[in-house]
Amino acid sequence: MRFLKIFLLLLFPITVAASEAGFPLYEMVPDLRDKASLQRGAKTFMNYCIGCHTLKYQRYKRTAEDLGISESLMLEHLVFDPNTRIGDLIVNPLSTDNAKSWFGAIPPDLTLYTKLKGSPNYLYTYLLTFYEDPSRPFGANNLVYENVGMPHALLELQGVQQRKDCKEVARFNPNGSAMRNPVTFEYLTRTLCGDELIESGISPLELVQGSGELSDEAYRKVIYDLTNFLYYMGDPSQLERERIGGWVLLFLAFFFVPAYLLGREYKKAFH
Amino acid sequence: MSAIQESFRNVMSWIDDRLPVTEAYEKHLAKYYAPKNLNLWYYFGIFAFVILANQLLTGIWLTMSYVPTGDGAFASIEYIMRDVEYGWMLRYMHSTGASAFFVVVYLHMFRGLMYGSYQNPRELIWILGMLVYVALMAEGFFGYILPWGNMSFWGGQVIVSLVGAIPIIGDSLAVWVRGDFNMSGVTLSRFFALHVVLVPLLLLVLVVLHVLALHEIGSNNPDGVDIKAKTDDQGKPLDGIPFHPYLTVGKLPQIIIFLFLFAAVIFFYPDGGGYLIEHPNYEPANPLKTPELIAPVWYYTPFYSMLRAATYPLFGMDAKFWGMVTMFGAIVVPFILPWLDKSPVKSIRYKGLGSKLFLAFFVIAFCILGYLGTVHPTPVKTLMAQACTAIYFSYFLLMPWYTSVEKTKPVPERVPH
Repeated sequence: MRFLKIFLLLLFPITVAASEAGFPLYEMVPDLRDKASLQRGAKTFMNYCIGCHTLKYQRYKRTAEDLGISESLMLEHLVFDPNTRIGDLIVNPLSTDNAKSWFGAIPPDLTLYTKLKGSPNYLYTYLLTFYEDPSRPFGANNLVYENVGMPHALLELQGVQQRKDCKEVARFNPNGSAMRNPVTFEYLTRTLCGDELIESGISPLELVQGSGELSDEAYRKVIYDLTNFLYYMGDPSQLERERIGGWVLLFLAFFFVPAYLLGREYKKAFH
Repeated sequence: MSAIQESFRNVMSWIDDRLPVTEAYEKHLAKYYAPKNLNLWYYFGIFAFVILANQLLTGIWLTMSYVPTGDGAFASIEYIMRDVEYGWMLRYMHSTGASAFFVVVYLHMFRGLMYGSYQNPRELIWILGMLVYVALMAEGFFGYILPWGNMSFWGGQVIVSLVGAIPIIGDSLAVWVRGDFNMSGVTLSRFFALHVVLVPLLLLVLVVLHVLALHEIGSNNPDGVDIKAKTDDQGKPLDGIPFHPYLTVGKLPQIIIFLFLFAAVIFFYPDGGGYLIEHPNYEPANPLKTPELIAPVWYYTPFYSMLRAATYPLFGMDAKFWGMVTMFGAIVVPFILPWLDKSPVKSIRYKGLGSKLFLAFFVIAFCILGYLGTVHPTPVKTLMAQACTAIYFSYFLLMPWYTSVEKTKPVPERVPH
């Protein structure tokens, strides 16, 4: 099935996406079979995102079923409004008037967000590239979405990232290995500034150590899980679709054999 | 003869006295003689039937859950995708089917061009086929509006605004077509009515007429030989085989290969990388937010390129008007094709170098136009689109010349083995 997917991918041109602000997107490979990751992503979403963002085309019940969470656990731990029932759509009580006056725009519904962006890469990169910017109303700006109205909702987890004008970066040989001084064997670096950094795909951001609850690695994992969950949300039937698709193709492949033999008999009759 | 066969025969003869079922079955299936040298190119008509059935059936079920209003349409599609049992399958079968329909129809039409299937005496078959194609374009367009995503909205906006380019009455005509001053829920509801009732009915009638006309004359073949010219003593064409079962059951392997590819896209690549379902269509229609690039779905892009290729105002009319004239011209010109071809032979196998080159350039130009329609225009790209538009039209308009001066090869009397 993997070969088939690759073959189909080749049929259509693949575009390498960069964000509007020009920062190249990190690649995020979702894994819908990793239920634990999806569950953790759902937990992060319900704790940090749902205050402003909805998943208004999907129901709690469907989500619970697909993620392998029992309905009672879902209601107990992931649904915070006591009036919400399991069959309800995943919405929040934020009014459009409030949203507009607080953020200048209505926070988008996220059910189809990864589909809208064509891949989960945008969201993944976006969530990793908030940085401190006192000129913004919420004190935060973003590398892939300049002057975004959204505050850094996961600040307490990640901590503060500061944008550096220039950064020392390692130099690489054409074969990809790190370049060293031939005499001293010290690693060689060079200084990149401003747009040069962005164009080389090097983040100009630096974490203020100890300002967040999580390590850099742990935070990345949280964002991976959250993105994975929202990727699932874009097309919740994907796993089932591919499972059934496998059987359909298998059936057609088997059916082809008698059909081919039959067709050959008919061909003999008139040649 | 068993009692069951006896009673079946009695029932059939009772019906046949009142309705010519057996006669129709024999005329169109069991005793319809198709040339035995039909090749791969001749399957696409059958595939088109398979897709038509797919579109009608999945369409019926989609209609059951779809809400044709400005407020409800987008959410109802997601309802189908998430809450309706196997709704995702119905929707992807339908959306992939729309693209597959155009793939097979374009290849079917190319076959016609290649083997001269439009020539005397098959002019009407060709014209009816062209009408099917135009109806299909309308059907595809209306259907594309229905999910009411942002690309549906803006794509619809661009196409309907073409009406506005008509001099004098344009603006009021555009309002009449939309039923509103802008694309709105009113437009959506009427396009829904056209998509599920009027155009499918028209399409079915035209398809039936297309096939009836074909069965009156008989199928052409890759050699362009008239198989009815040589018959045995019972009047059966010597080079013909009964359509059923030879080209129905006998062609099952080919149909299965086609279904395999079709299913592969439905189940593993339903978005087609943004070409079958475009990314901006994953957010609801928003009149205040123009997508970065408005491009129609791939099957219209050649014509969209021709629309954009006109960049000069002329005779006091603006460029948009001439773009519209070019685009509609490109759809109308093929209708008169049977009278443009002056060649004494039908098939490309026996035509001269001129026909071969013009057909090759025509296909290349059409594909380039298709590509250009999906990207932002630049001065160079617009120039390319203009050149390709010229090639497109010269294939048709120069045909009387190049088909009459070129040297053709002699056509055999019977299908060669």
